[in-house]
Amino acid sequence: MGGLLPLIEHGIKKPVWDCRMCGQCVLHSTGMTCPMTCPKTLRNGPCGGVREDGHCEVVPEMRCIWVKAHDRSQHMPFLPRSWREEFDHLRPPVNNALQGQSSWLNLMNGRDRVTPPGWAAAEEHA
Amino acid sequence: MSPTQPNAFEVLCQTRTRPVVTAEFPSFDGGTLDDIRAAAEKLAPWVDAINVTDNPAAHAHASNTAMAIALTQLGFNPILQVVCRDKNRLAIQSDIVGVSMFGVQNICALTGDDVTAGDEPEARRVYDLDGPQLIKVASIMGTGMYLSGRKMKSVPHLFVGAVENPTAPPLEYRAERALKKVEAGARFLQLQIHYRPEQLEAFIAACVANGVAERAAILPTVCLTKAARALSFMNDSVPGISVPAATIERVTTSADPKEESYQLVRELAEHALSLPGVAGLHITDFRHDDSVRRLTEDLAIGPRFEEQHAHSA
Ligand code: SF4
Repeated sequence: MGGLLPLIEHGIKKPVWDCRMCGQCVLHSTGMTCPMTCPKTLRNGPCGGVREDGHCEVVPEMRCIWVKAHDRSQHMPFLPRSWREEFDHLRPPVNNALQGQSSWLNLMNGRDRVTPPGWAAAEEHA
Repeated sequence: MSPTQPNAFEVLCQTRTRPVVTAEFPSFDGGTLDDIRAAAEKLAPWVDAINVTDNPAAHAHASNTAMAIALTQLGFNPILQVVCRDKNRLAIQSDIVGVSMFGVQNICALTGDDVTAGDEPEARRVYDLDGPQLIKVASIMGTGMYLSGRKMKSVPHLFVGAVENPTAPPLEYRAERALKKVEAGARFLQLQIHYRPEQLEAFIAACVANGVAERAAILPTVCLTKAARALSFMNDSVPGISVPAATIERVTTSADPKEESYQLVRELAEHALSLPGVAGLHITDFRHDDSVRRLTEDLAIGPRFEEQHAHSA
């Protein structure tokens, strides 16, 4: 989807969070740390390759973004408790069709919460 | 193996009547079915299931699916490792449904080492799914449908597990991550190779406290090596493994490094098995001698010791 909104959203979120415009923002649940900046684009926590000093397996000079996210989700001031708890939620696979869209819009119209039917059925089961 | 009945590995992970033992199958870069049979015959008498790896350390080898099918057809019980690095969700699902038709049941989901760990670092990394998502997708498939919700012709019997690293930061989060994997559907957890007993101990204790140890069979991993060089290599080059300098020193300065390497692993394994909440052991072998047999015999674990446990139970 074109339009002005994605541009504005990116203009704000890129400098602050290095936003990658996945179109389904989860920043609130990851200690305001963008999981799409993880070289493996992991949405559910740190891989097993995190170095002893807490740096990234792939980019040794960078602190693992999930180490940062975990730390922040626990210690960042003013983060609502529900956001902290959401850190442990299982985030569904990325909907690649939303790439480049405004996550604000997708939040309002609920499109960012639509999961594939198999995933949704399993959720109901659980 | 009947495709619809639980296999012996699954049953043991659930009943825990004795420690479960698994081992890693060597990678193949060619050869014949006879070579596969010969390698499997060396391991099978001592273990309950054999892991076939999925391009370990981001090096291309004979595919996990081909090896799992071969082992099943030869009468062995494989655990199919699946990593997220090389394939998107479509390819991963077709692999799983494909092998299930040959009777492969055990699936172990991993994120996977990055392409930069391998010999083709210029490859495109995929990670369309991450580890916990892959566990859930495999579990969904075990109910007879794809992620899209489309029904399969028959319901494959799948026993899904995962890997967790008890010694990678953030240490205090690893047991919670294990819980996330259990909630996604993991029923066994093979841990990353470790050389830090105190960190393993803390991880297992946390897994007992949060219920992971009860809901999934936790199998810590030890790695059979021959010399200090292998330890330094792992410390320097294998993502997620750190070996304390004192441990490397211990092997370097010993009169018989090969024997000392074995004793080190034996101690790590004994310690791991002594922890309440541990269901068994996973063994990786870079010695390529008879050490898997020796270790299971020294520890009195594995299928050969079924009787003894039945009597003492
Ligand atoms: S170490 Fe952290 S940032 Fe790097 S790939 Fe793994 S999870 Fe992502």
